[in-house]
Amino acid sequence: MVQTKLTTVSDKKKRTITKAEELAKGQREISVAEFFTKNRHLLGFDNPRKALLTTVKEAVDNSLDACEEMNVLPDVSVKIIALGGKEASVADRFVVTIEDNGPGVVKKQIPNIFAKLLYGSKFHSMKQSRGQQGIGISAAGMYGQLTTGKPVKITSKIDPKRNAMYYELHIDTQKNEPEILKEEEVEWEKDHGTKVTIELEAKYVKGKQSVDEYLKQTAIANPHVTLTYISPEKKKTNFPRVTEEMPAEAKSIKPHPYGVELGILMKMLKSTKAKNLQAFLKKDFSRVSPKIAKEICDKAGVYEKSRPSRIATQEADNLFKAINITKIMAPPTNCLVPIGKDLIEKGLKKEIDADFYIAVTRPPAVYRGNPFQIEVGLAYGGDIPSDHISRVIRFANRVPLLYQQSSGAVFKAILGTNWRNYSLSQSKGALPTGPLIIMVNIASVWVPFTSESKEAIAHYPQIIKEMKLALQEAGRQLSIHIRKRKHAEHEEKKKSYIEKYLPHVGIALKEILNLKQTEEQKVEVNLKKILEKHRE
Amino acid sequence: MKVDQKIKNIAEDVYKKILKKKQPSMKFPLRALSNVKYDPKHGFFELLGKEKIRTLSVNTVKTFAQTLKMMSISKDILKSDDMATKREVYYVSKNWGDARFNEQPESDTVMDDIEGMFMVNREQLGFTADEHGGDVAGQLVVIDKNPDTKKVVKIDCTKFGSGAYSIPTSVEHLKFETNAKFILAIETKGMFERLNRHNYWRKSKCIIVSMGGVPSRACRRFIRKLSDEKNLPVYVFTDGDFYGYMNIYRTLKVGSGNAAHINEFFCVPKASFIGITPQDIVDYKLPTHPLKDVDIKRGKDAVKNDPFVHTHKEWRKAIEAQLKMGTRAEQQALAKHGLNFVIDKYLPKKLKNPKLWLP
Repeated sequence: MVQTKLTTVSDKKKRTITKAEELAKGQREISVAEFFTKNRHLLGFDNPRKALLTTVKEAVDNSLDACEEMNVLPDVSVKIIALGGKEASVADRFVVTIEDNGPGVVKKQIPNIFAKLLYGSKFHSMKQSRGQQGIGISAAGMYGQLTTGKPVKITSKIDPKRNAMYYELHIDTQKNEPEILKEEEVEWEKDHGTKVTIELEAKYVKGKQSVDEYLKQTAIANPHVTLTYISPEKKKTNFPRVTEEMPAEAKSIKPHPYGVELGILMKMLKSTKAKNLQAFLKKDFSRVSPKIAKEICDKAGVYEKSRPSRIATQEADNLFKAINITKIMAPPTNCLVPIGKDLIEKGLKKEIDADFYIAVTRPPAVYRGNPFQIEVGLAYGGDIPSDHISRVIRFANRVPLLYQQSSGAVFKAILGTNWRNYSLSQSKGALPTGPLIIMVNIASVWVPFTSESKEAIAHYPQIIKEMKLALQEAGRQLSIHIRKRKHAEHEEKKKSYIEKYLPHVGIALKEILNLKQTEEQKVEVNLKKILEKHRE
Repeated sequence: MKVDQKIKNIAEDVYKKILKKKQPSMKFPLRALSNVKYDPKHGFFELLGKEKIRTLSVNTVKTFAQTLKMMSISKDILKSDDMATKREVYYVSKNWGDARFNEQPESDTVMDDIEGMFMVNREQLGFTADEHGGDVAGQLVVIDKNPDTKKVVKIDCTKFGSGAYSIPTSVEHLKFETNAKFILAIETKGMFERLNRHNYWRKSKCIIVSMGGVPSRACRRFIRKLSDEKNLPVYVFTDGDFYGYMNIYRTLKVGSGNAAHINEFFCVPKASFIGITPQDIVDYKLPTHPLKDVDIKRGKDAVKNDPFVHTHKEWRKAIEAQLKMGTRAEQQALAKHGLNFVIDKYLPKKLKNPKLWLP
């Protein structure tokens, strides 16, 4: 930890200590370890239960992104071992190993990627991916190191002809730099891939916010992935892929002016390669023509040939304001990679036993200059419990969101949809009731979360509107199915009613009126005809 | 017309319709408050004549079959001069395969419908209640017959000690000897026991009856018969709540909407209310409980829908006052002023002063 050097003041030269000086004593550089400890809730390590999930989640997200970038169908295995010879439910220390068949990581980058916070390629690119901040896997390693003192262990292979590299890494918690404890070449039967092992203090639970649930939902939203899971209870689960079709490759896009905040704009101005402001606006943003660029400069009262690096704060602020009052075409949307209607239905089918599946993929839309696309899947009937409120499973770029369900946009959109229109029951201010699972995915280059822990989607009106439209479209399809089924059930019930109860009318009349057998039969035959005629 | 002939006629009607390939139907009087009127001169709830028609269709086929089956049971019982309790009838239905009743309330409802259809009491169909009839103590000799030997039995209701005479389910054959001055019908067994233990009936020369909540038909008929034949006034002592006023007192006095077709014989029009009134709650500073949602609903319903309350504005005032107070008090709350306050002060004062009664 950084210690400020305290000035020793001799008694003779005693003078008044100013407030600033007094404060300065307490001011010092904060180490990453301190930052991490104080902000662990933002990063998903609030408690031991969540720490286990976050560790698995960050590693699996990385693996899937890497495989897709290389265009190989992902085979990912997750293995969790309880330590200390304890049962899984009471153990407090675990070893988590995640292995993939991705491209591997080049030797030079391994220490940075796994043992330096905020290092990565994703933070700087405008491209749809699972991870966004490059904080995840190194944070998991750091959490392991802080709670157990054990290093992160990485095996990575990038070429079938070469050996794999094996590393054991610590993070220097003062400097946020990797510390290599062990580095060696090893043999590995795989052609290429990465294996990460982290030992950490954690708690294993089951239920809605468990690792088990996370992997199951991942399998639903990623039908092209094969997942293998060995739980702390030593139970092996396979989630095989149901399609060989890879998701389309995500394209990077330049930011749209509407989505840029002032601070980012100033940073871009400082680091751009463009020679003048007009060129900067045209080259570094999407949908800005030279004409629009000039219009923005004019409105801001800034000369369009100025050097971007010379733009002062006030002028930048004027530019920022000018951007927001200039009409600019919506951003391109070909950068989005939705799961797709067919694959959502396939994904739901393979993991959920229901009678009816329907999925809807909305056309792309835009919030604050960021393109996004909403998808909804519904699974109804079958083994889903029918007397409970329906279950909601949420995804952002195919990543399951397991926490803070009720504070996000998805929840709001579902509550704002009148499910009674779709033959379901729904109490006021509640989710619909019935044997229903509602899946919602948002695909976006920049998914707006309500907090850094990436658990709930922010309430942008455009996003909620798109969600509602998708839910309504799927709801209509579901309603058709439910009505058909109810009609069939009603017909069936009628038929069985007639068969069950009609004879008793005949019997009773026979008893009261001493009818003959033939007369009783006549009653039954006639009644059947009467009831068939009046089927209501 | 005899009941077994009525049964045959209805069945005949249904049978003929079926032979003509037409939907058969049965008509029942609507058993609800909305189908009764109240004229104090007549003294009881009378039917207005609204009907419900049960037409045989897919949705009604089960109840339709059950109604006919129960009529068939009634015919058999009447033929063999036997009786069956409501519960027994429910168990007989277990023989009907899919048409059986799942719960007794279902079979009770069908039985009430048939009663209404024929405008008879269930005893005339060969059915009897299995409910408790009520307890009696005091200056009364009940003259009954031994069911086996048919010999006359005289039952002296002063000789049960701390126990009581129990009203049988059928009371038509009973005769009475008494020198009592009035009948006091009491809601709770607890209050009855207190009055009985202290021989209240001897001191005030009366007959006390414990109704145990809403009085059974037997209990209502017993009080009616006794008061008619011996020309005795009837006073009713219940808790100070809407259940006591309406479900108990009003049912005893003028009958109910549910069994309106028999009210004429099962009501006690000369009954007066001497139970806890809203005014008593104030005057005696009685300990209270807040009204629950069901209580409030019951009170508002009475003001809105009950012809009895519409007729007697004293009742309307009392119920509205109590709704405003938002509280209720039990008859045993009088114990606040001493265990025997009810005997020494409350009842003597009430009985002496008809202005304190409610009609």
